[in-house]
Amino acid sequence: MAYISKRNLRKEKEKQIAADNRRELIAAGFKRRDLLKMGLLTSAGMLIPKKGLSARPLNTRGAFDDDEPNSPPTTPFQELMPRLPVLQPVPSLNPAPTADPQPLLGEARTERHQAFQLFPPQRFYEMTQQEGTVLMAPAGELPPQTIWGFNGTTPGPLIVERYGVLGRPQDGSVLLRLRNNLPSTNGGFGLPSVTTHLHNGHTPLESDGFPCFFMERGQFYDHHYPNVYAGVLSTHQAQGGDIREAMHTLWYHDHRIDHTAENTYKGLAGAYILFNERDTGNENTGFRLPSFGDGQNPLTSFDIYMVFNDKVFDDRTGLLKFDLFNTDGILGDKFLVNGKINPVLHVSPRRYRFRWLNTGPSRFYQMFILGPNNTTKSFWQISNDGNLLERPVQVTSSRFSVAERVDVIVDFTNDAGKTFYLENRLEQHDGRGPTGDVLGAGQGDKILKIVVDGPQVADNSVNPANIPAGVYFYGFPDTNEAPRITRTFRFERGNGEWQVNGQLVGGCDRPPRFQIKRNSVEKWIFQNNSGGWQHPIHMHFEEFQTLSINGNAPAATGLITKGRKDVFRLEHNMEAVVYFRFRDFIGRIPLHCHNVVHEDHAMMVLGEINDVGDNRTNP
Amino acid sequence: MTDLKRRGLVATLAAAPFAAPLLAGAQALESKPKFEQISSRERIRQRYFPNLVLTAHDGRKLKFYDDLVKDKIVIFNMFYAQCQGICSPITRNLVKLQQILGDRVGKDIFMYSFTLKPKEDNVKALKHYAEMHKVKPGWLFLTGSVEDMETIRRKLGYVDPDPQVDKDVSNHIGVLKYGNEPLERWGGCPGRSAPDWIAETLSWVDWPKNQKAKVNGGGK
Repeated sequence: MAYISKRNLRKEKEKQIAADNRRELIAAGFKRRDLLKMGLLTSAGMLIPKKGLSARPLNTRGAFDDDEPNSPPTTPFQELMPRLPVLQPVPSLNPAPTADPQPLLGEARTERHQAFQLFPPQRFYEMTQQEGTVLMAPAGELPPQTIWGFNGTTPGPLIVERYGVLGRPQDGSVLLRLRNNLPSTNGGFGLPSVTTHLHNGHTPLESDGFPCFFMERGQFYDHHYPNVYAGVLSTHQAQGGDIREAMHTLWYHDHRIDHTAENTYKGLAGAYILFNERDTGNENTGFRLPSFGDGQNPLTSFDIYMVFNDKVFDDRTGLLKFDLFNTDGILGDKFLVNGKINPVLHVSPRRYRFRWLNTGPSRFYQMFILGPNNTTKSFWQISNDGNLLERPVQVTSSRFSVAERVDVIVDFTNDAGKTFYLENRLEQHDGRGPTGDVLGAGQGDKILKIVVDGPQVADNSVNPANIPAGVYFYGFPDTNEAPRITRTFRFERGNGEWQVNGQLVGGCDRPPRFQIKRNSVEKWIFQNNSGGWQHPIHMHFEEFQTLSINGNAPAATGLITKGRKDVFRLEHNMEAVVYFRFRDFIGRIPLHCHNVVHEDHAMMVLGEINDVGDNRTNP
Repeated sequence: MTDLKRRGLVATLAAAPFAAPLLAGAQALESKPKFEQISSRERIRQRYFPNLVLTAHDGRKLKFYDDLVKDKIVIFNMFYAQCQGICSPITRNLVKLQQILGDRVGKDIFMYSFTLKPKEDNVKALKHYAEMHKVKPGWLFLTGSVEDMETIRRKLGYVDPDPQVDKDVSNHIGVLKYGNEPLERWGGCPGRSAPDWIAETLSWVDWPKNQKAKVNGGGK
C-alpha cells in the first residue's frame, strides 16, 4: 500500500470497476434503448457521466468512454529500470557509403551529403527499424507488446559519441545507416514509412530527418552526423567551431510527415549523447560530471539517460492503444521510463547525472523528487535541452514539455537507506496542455521509484554546492549581433486544425515558406494567443536563446528558461522573442509544434536555409 | 447488482500489490482469460465504426461499417448543406480531389460527407447539394437520426474539447480523416489543403501495389 498514493489507488479502482461494468452491460445484451430507459445513455449516445461506468466521465471530448485512458491495472515499482544499451559501431557498411545517394542500391536519400569530404565519417553505425516484442509491465499483467523500434527495441539503443578536438573537428564524424524493415501490417496503427530526426544535431540538412525525406519499406537512408559545433565553417573556423554551442543530450525519433505521433508512440525513438574534452563522461576530468562508465555497470556508471513517455493500453486486449482520430493531443495513464511502466532504480549514496527526456506524445511534466514523509528533495539542473547552463542551479523541480530535455545532478550522498520517487505534479487533463496548476507533494503521478541501497562507491564528481560563483560551464554565446530579419510565428487553432500564421503545413512539394540566409542572425517572435492550448515549439538544426518572454527576461532560477534551447514551451497567452544564428550548412528545415498530434495535423512550417534568404516577416 | 459489487471488491484488491494471488484466484473462479484475443482491425471497428444505418443522398439506407467502411479506402468530412463557412472551400477541394482520383472513386475509394444538421439535411436537401456540386458516384452525403449522427461525429473525433466552441456548428472542424480499413492505416489532413496534396497523403495508405515507389520530397 505504501507504493501507491490514495489518489492513484482510487483512480485504478474506478477504472477497473468502470471497465468491468461496461463489459457487463454489453455482455448482458443491453441495447441502446435499454440503456436509455435505464437512464444510462444520453440521447446523443453517450454514457451518462456516472461513476462506475466511465472512469473519466466528464472529459473534454464529450464524455465518450472508448478513447479515454482506461488501461488495465498494473502493479507499479516491481521491475528494474533498464539502462539503455549502448550501440556499438560496425567496421564497415555494405554497400560502402558515398556522398551521392545510391538509389539503385535502395537508398531513399535524394540529396548529396554536403559535408562528406570536409568531415569524412570516422565510425559507422547501422540500425534497422523493425518490429519487436517487449514486456512493458510485470509478467502476466499485460500481454507482450508488438512495437516498432530501432533494432526492434524501444527506446532504441543509446548512441554515445564525442566531438572532435581542436584542429581535428572531423574526429567526431559518424555515419548512421538506417534500414526500413518494418512490416506492411501495423497491428492497428503506424505507417511503415519513416524519416529519422537527430534532435537537435548541428547536422547537414539532408541527414537531419526532414519530414518529407522519408523512406519506404526495404529502403535505407545514410545519415551523416559530423558532430561539429556550430560555427565550424563560419564564425569559429579556426577553433573548429564554437564550443559554447556544444550539445550533450540529444535523441533521435521518427519524423514522418503527418504520421509522427503514431510512429513515435509505437516505439521509434532513441537516445544520443555527445561528450567532448570538457563534458568528458569521466568525473575525474573536465567539468567532473558523474561518470558515464560503460552505461551499464551500476558500480561505475552514474550518468543515466531516462526516456519518459505515457501510454494507454486497451482494457480488453491489454495491447498498446493509439487514438486514431484524435487531433488535439493524446494522454496516457501509464508512465514508462526506458520502456517499462513505473520501474525501480537502485542507486548508491553518491551523486548522479540524470538525463530526462519526454518523448510525448502530448504530456508536459513538472518533475519533483519526492522523499520520505512527502518531503521534496532539491537537485541541480545543469542544462536545458542538452545544453549546459552557465553553472548548476539548485531547483526543486524542472518542467519539460514534449521533446525537451533536462540534465540534472541529484546528490544521494546522505540518503543511504532512503526511498524517493520521481513525481510529476503538473496537472493536465487532456492534450491541450497542462492547466498550469501544480499539485501538492504526493498528489502527482509517481513515475520512478529510486532506492538508495547500492554499495558505497567513490564519488569524484564535482559537488555543485562547492562551485565558486561565476560561470562554471561554457557560458552562453553573445546575442548582440543585429538580426538580418525579425519574423513572427503565431501558433493557433482554426476549425479544429492547427495553423501557423493562419496557414496549414501545405505540402512537401511547395516552395519554402521562409528562406534563411546561411551564416546570418534572425530574431523570431513566437505567439500563442490562446488561453486553452500550449505548444512545445521546435526548430531544427540550431539552438536559440530566449531574449524575452511576455516582455520579461528569461528565468535563470526556478523553472529555468534561460540558456540555449531547441524547444520553446509556448504556454498560455505567451509571446516570446528568441535569437538564432544559422550557420555552416544549408537545406530544407521545419519549424513545428512538438505535441506530435498537433505536428501531424499541420502545425508545421517548411522552410529552407540557403545563400539567398528572403524577407518574409510573417511566413 | 451483487455481481457488480463483487467486482468492485476484486478491483480494489487488485490495485494493491500484495493482493496479486487473490486476484489470480478470483479470475480462476470466473474462468475467463484476463485479456481477450481480438484482432486490431476488429478493435478499430468496435471503437470507431458503430454499424448505424444512415441514409445517403440517393435515398439508399446503408450501414456505416458493413456498407460504407469495410474493405475500402475511405475519406470522411463533416458538413451541412446551408453552411456558409468552411464547408464551401472543403467541398470545392473534394470535388477536385474526386477528379484527381478519377474512376477509383466508387471502386475502392469512397468519400463520405456526414451532415452536422440531420434535421435540416434530409435526402432532398442532400441530393440538391450533391447535384449543385456535380458530385460523381462514389461520394455520398449522409444523414440519419440526430442521435446517430452525433455518435458518428464523436466516434470520428470531430469534437472540440471546448464545449462552447463545440456548440458553434457554423465554425465546425474542417479536418479530413482518411484510411484504408483492411490495412488499418489511418490519418488526417486539413480539408483546406490543396487537392493534389490531399491525394498525395491518401497515397500513403493506398494498397501496396498502388503506392508510389518513391514519394520523397513530394515528387512533383
